[in-house]
Amino acid sequence: MESNVIISVSQVNFYYGAVRALTDISMKFRKNKVTALIGPSGCGKSTLLRLLNRMNELIDGTRVEGEILFEGQNVYAPDVDPVEIRRKIGMVFQKPNPFPKTIYNNISYGPKLTGVSIADMDALVEQSLKQAVLWDEVKDILNKSAMNLSGGQQQRLCIARALAMKPDILLMDEPTSALDPISTAKIEELIEELKENYTIIIVTHNMQQAARVSDETAFFYLGNLVEYNQTEKIFTKPDMKQTEDYITGRFG
Amino acid sequence: MEEKRHTSLHYEKELQAIKDGLIYLGALTETAIRKAMKSLSDRDTELARTVVRDDDEIDRLDTDLEERCIKILALRQPTAIDLRFITTAIKIIGHLERIGDMAVNIAEKAILLNEEPQLKPYIDLPRMTDLVEGMIKDSLDSFIRNDMQMAEKVRQTEQIVDDLNEQIFRELLTFMMEDSKSIHRALLIMQVSKNLERIADHSKGIADMVMYMVTGECVRHQTCSSIE
Repeated sequence: MESNVIISVSQVNFYYGAVRALTDISMKFRKNKVTALIGPSGCGKSTLLRLLNRMNELIDGTRVEGEILFEGQNVYAPDVDPVEIRRKIGMVFQKPNPFPKTIYNNISYGPKLTGVSIADMDALVEQSLKQAVLWDEVKDILNKSAMNLSGGQQQRLCIARALAMKPDILLMDEPTSALDPISTAKIEELIEELKENYTIIIVTHNMQQAARVSDETAFFYLGNLVEYNQTEKIFTKPDMKQTEDYITGRFG
Repeated sequence: MEEKRHTSLHYEKELQAIKDGLIYLGALTETAIRKAMKSLSDRDTELARTVVRDDDEIDRLDTDLEERCIKILALRQPTAIDLRFITTAIKIIGHLERIGDMAVNIAEKAILLNEEPQLKPYIDLPRMTDLVEGMIKDSLDSFIRNDMQMAEKVRQTEQIVDDLNEQIFRELLTFMMEDSKSIHRALLIMQVSKNLERIADHSKGIADMVMYMVTGECVRHQTCSSIE
């Protein structure tokens, strides 16, 4: 089991100023699995997601305690470059946020910026777009602005953009909440395919989505990890009463 | 433990309506069995005919309740305890509908038996009837109260009913061997007994589902595996 662990979080506390947002979180994320983080607003699930690739550092007055190991290396160690961590642990946000550039440049921008010499940029763009199942729809308009794409296409472009950096992990923060059901289904299908090569950690408010796409589900409440189990177990016979109350809609 | 209410009161009401409907359906099937057996012991053919007629109401309720469950599955996408409740309810509805059909079978045999002189006094059949009625009632109570002990009691009782059925079978064999004119009546009584035994099986099936609903583990077969 240990060899399958890609990220290991142990005894993590996180503070926004004086407010503690996460309390003593310990959990292991497994490689090539989809893990869903669920829980009511303000439970800390998105905070934890952002901690994994040090996105929280972009917010002033925050503080982390504890340890987050990514393939055995402490993500917060002083000699670790956060940019390098974010390259290996990519992120896709709630609202599609393509750059106001061409479709081609959206993909090539990251790799160029990091100074990685790409022998064949065209091939990388094509491969990334194919992985995000967007290639067939955009292959003839690569030099058109990404802003002209539909919301669902833009979100897949953002996924392709993240994949172009050759990450190990994709973090997704409610990636379909701004999309219609068909675009949502396409993204969910994509997640299923991507997990062969990537580890995916997804925050979602849509519990049916967590049930559909994830292998493992973690339920958070008031900054605590209440239950972390196989998704099938969580949705049929959760161990904790609090989990059951939340997923069956007996809350608040 | 007191169950919290759903945030959606409409959903809460829909689930309660299914519970109420199941209790009513259970009561109808119990009545059908009691009447069918009474029509046999009292040689009351008219009563037996009402059992056959009243089965339409059981069938109607069967369809109605099943549709409500499917609607909840489609529209509410229940999970965890709600999912186990609905899947259990769907199976219980099926068991109760079959129990109703068996009451009809018994009533039909009673009508035939009432046309001939009574073969023997009924001793074990009334005992079986009491046991079987108790099993239906207890299995449904265990469902409503999430009561595993009561469900377990129902599961144990099934064996007693099986044994009584065997005993009746052996006793009727002796009648048939002694007098070939008794064969037709003895076979009809055997079928009544067999129907009661099948009703006990269905009640046990309900109790098995209650065990699943409460624990999340299947107990129906030795090969069952739990959700782990």
